[in-house]
Amino acid sequence: MSESLATVSYLGATILFILCLGGLSNPETSRRGNLYGIVGMTIAVLATVLGPRVGNAGYAWIIGAMVIGGSIGVYAARTVQMTQMPELVALMHSMVGLAAMLVGFANYVDPSASANMSGAEKAIHEVEIYIGIFIGAVTFSGSVIAFGKLSGKISGNPLLLPARHWINLAGLLVVIYFGREFLHAHTINDGMTALVVMTVIALLFGIHMVMAIGGADMPVVVSMLNSYSGWAAAATGFMLSNDLLIVTGALVGSSGAILSYIMCAAMNRHFISVIAGGFGTTGGAPAAAGSGTEPAGEVVAISAAETAELLREAKNVIIVPGYGMAVAQAQHTVYEITRLLREKGVNVRFGIHPVAGRMPGHMNVLLAEAKVPYDIVLEMDELNDDFPQTDVAMIIGANDIVNPGAQDDPNSPIAGMPVLEVWKAKTSIVMKRSMASGYAGVDNPLFYKDNNRMLFGDAKKMLDETLVALKS
Amino acid sequence: MALTIGVPREIAAGEKRVATVPEVVEKLIKLGFSVLVETSAGDAANISDEAYRTAGARVVDSAAELWSASDIVFKVRGPSVEEVERMREGTILVSFVWPAQNPELLQQLAARKVTVLAMDSVPRISRAQKLDALSSMANIAGYRAVIEAAHHFGRFFTGQITAAGKVPPAKVFIIGAGVAGLAAIGAASGLGAVVRANDTRPEVGDQVKSMGGEFVGVDYEEEGSGVGGYAKVMSEGFQKAQHDVFAKQAKDVDIIITTALIPGKPAPKLITAEMVRSMKPGSVIVDMAAEQGGNCELTEPGMVTVKHGVTIIGYTDLPSRLSKQSSTLYATNLLRLTEELCKAKDGTVDVNMDDEVIRGTTVVKEGAITWPPPAPKLSAAPAAAKAADKPVVAASGKSHGHGKGGAPTSSGRMAAIFAAAAVCLWFIGASAPTAFLGHFTVFVLACFVGYMVVWNVTPALHTPLMSVTNAISSIIAIGALVQIAPPMASGLDRPDDWIRWLAIGAIVLATINMFGGFAVTQRMLAMFRK
Repeated sequence: MSESLATVSYLGATILFILCLGGLSNPETSRRGNLYGIVGMTIAVLATVLGPRVGNAGYAWIIGAMVIGGSIGVYAARTVQMTQMPELVALMHSMVGLAAMLVGFANYVDPSASANMSGAEKAIHEVEIYIGIFIGAVTFSGSVIAFGKLSGKISGNPLLLPARHWINLAGLLVVIYFGREFLHAHTINDGMTALVVMTVIALLFGIHMVMAIGGADMPVVVSMLNSYSGWAAAATGFMLSNDLLIVTGALVGSSGAILSYIMCAAMNRHFISVIAGGFGTTGGAPAAAGSGTEPAGEVVAISAAETAELLREAKNVIIVPGYGMAVAQAQHTVYEITRLLREKGVNVRFGIHPVAGRMPGHMNVLLAEAKVPYDIVLEMDELNDDFPQTDVAMIIGANDIVNPGAQDDPNSPIAGMPVLEVWKAKTSIVMKRSMASGYAGVDNPLFYKDNNRMLFGDAKKMLDETLVALKS
Repeated sequence: MALTIGVPREIAAGEKRVATVPEVVEKLIKLGFSVLVETSAGDAANISDEAYRTAGARVVDSAAELWSASDIVFKVRGPSVEEVERMREGTILVSFVWPAQNPELLQQLAARKVTVLAMDSVPRISRAQKLDALSSMANIAGYRAVIEAAHHFGRFFTGQITAAGKVPPAKVFIIGAGVAGLAAIGAASGLGAVVRANDTRPEVGDQVKSMGGEFVGVDYEEEGSGVGGYAKVMSEGFQKAQHDVFAKQAKDVDIIITTALIPGKPAPKLITAEMVRSMKPGSVIVDMAAEQGGNCELTEPGMVTVKHGVTIIGYTDLPSRLSKQSSTLYATNLLRLTEELCKAKDGTVDVNMDDEVIRGTTVVKEGAITWPPPAPKLSAAPAAAKAADKPVVAASGKSHGHGKGGAPTSSGRMAAIFAAAAVCLWFIGASAPTAFLGHFTVFVLACFVGYMVVWNVTPALHTPLMSVTNAISSIIAIGALVQIAPPMASGLDRPDDWIRWLAIGAIVLATINMFGGFAVTQRMLAMFRK
């Protein structure tokens, strides 16, 4: 395959990737969108392998590596539980980051890559390598930490080192200093020292950054890392002068950035403050801030049978799922209850808060897995006005996203965050294991409202009991 | 400290409404207030003192006692001179005030150092609809206007074919399709009449149709929507064309109901004596603008007169004639206002001047006149109304995703952003080699494409989108692929093994991601179903 033919194939692949992202904007076209992505990727890989840049000697290696990687990937995708989706995605981001690092090192030690370059061109090439490895390393270590936090291997609480912003700043200065050293290095070995030091700092930087972010902000972090993995690919593209990599990396990078922005807007928080971390502490500052407005009133607990009774008599029901539903794997029972109620003519809908769960769209995926039709799964804005006409609002393992304090209490750490106004329903039922506060560490005045009932226990178990009671 | 809301008996002659009803009293008490009602305040609206007492209000015997004991006073009509004198410093008065028409009343109120919330000044924005007393009163007035017309009209409204002969349906022409006009259209067509309606704002045509009327337009190009969804004064040319339309309708129809008002101005004279003369004997005109001087030249405000064989009804108290209904709706509007004022539900009020609704409604704040408020931020009928044929639907269709439009960035800020971008670009252009610039172009454009493409994604698909972009980012494999065995430029010492193993590692990682990412996306998407 000639150079031009390869370039044209790259162009085709680029267009397919754009169509892929466009297709993903709507459930109707999403499956076709994914197919575009697969076709685009196949074209890109084939064009590269058959193109002029890969010699015959490499085929065996390439096929071997791809078979190994492919089987691991497919196996992981087949076996993963839908509730573990966020972890898997975070882990996969780390692979892209690591791959970008490896490619960067390989490129640096390869004299043929910069053989014909001189002056400014060579300097830019080296800066590209440096930045590419830096972004790759941050993505890698950050994603690994995100994976650890999401899978519960690392505590979800933010780790707040004293003077953490200064540490980051110092790290950045060191990186810049070694960048200068790296550019002035005459031999590969000289440069390697600077490169390795920078990589270590970048890895620590990634760890530190994600460690400082609380569990509630994980959706933002996951999509931000997604963005980083795109920028890493784009930087690699610059390094290798490969437009396909640049375009695709930029597509992924900007889309990830926008997703993060949307998430932040949904929480009414500033992007910088999420990244700077420190939110979601249990105890400490937020508790003190909230102490002035200790919620007053009584908490009324009910049983699963009484819940079933309330649901049976309702005409309009809105179910608000949260991370608790994912943890308890309760989505199938939720669907069973929904189906039963709908057969009885009850209007059941789902209200999804933009940041419910641990990654963007988490709840939608879980409900889709349980075969809940997507036209009764609505966004917050679509049904927030309907709560006054709703008989029962059932909150399953959600807390902060239904906290009336966000609207009423200007001192609340989540003040101003849009929330689902479940307390306006005739009755709200909160399913929760205990009275513990949510990730934001804020007490929830909802629990003390007159029209609120608490159903304590594991969401799955309680819902199963409710289902049995409904059926009888 | 819980405040006391007082509701005095309306003292204006003929005013039958009262500013609260027992159902609302209960809710006010739930908000933490205590409620005082003057004895026989509700008599004219068929609400007994006993009913108020049952709801939890305290009934007091005299107006003087009520005014002195109340922190907040709810009224319907603006206060009389006598009532103004009864007000304590710091009292909050909620009533109709019409500050534009009553500047001296405003001065008197300010002199008493009170706070006045004028129910006629509630801003016309969606959030304030629930407390828009003008709309609820106009609705009642429109209905009542038709009933009054039917009362004075000597025939059926509906067409009938009876054994005694055929009865043609009454033809009703309604001028002004605001809330009152639309209510009148609904009531008249409900009675079976043929209803036509005219308005200077062409975009209300669809609303007229939705109420069962036929829209009679004026064939003259001019945009009639003023600020806040109200009509404005039209040009002479338009008025001439409008005059012709009305003259033609006057000859044809049996009943004319006029509701044309322009805020803060006398009502436009739309029905001339000449037109009245041309109407069929026994016809009826209901002039709902009588209080502001009337839309008909021959209207006598407050009176029913017969001129040239046409009954002209100039009642100015149409809502009051449906006193129970209007009291209930008005009381509910006041309740909504109270909820806005008392967000804490603890029986105290906060006249928060940062709140757009409260800011607009407040005409006197602690003795300082705060009327008129700054111009409203948005008009009810925005630019879309410019095209006359485009229907204006109140709720614009919700787009999925996040393309919420929003106000465009201010031009100053835009200029700053562009300037910064220009400096950056100049810097890059001045220092970078051409080969780099080609890639850079591609990069920047791709960023924009990504932005455009992703902006409209429905939140439900965020997870699949992320996993697919993740899969796509494994394009990084290409970078590793070209390193495995590139065509060798001879004479270079290349550490082949090193590179190969690094590249193979990268390929393995990237392919895990590639296959895993697409497979898991496929799996997720397969689950999304209707």
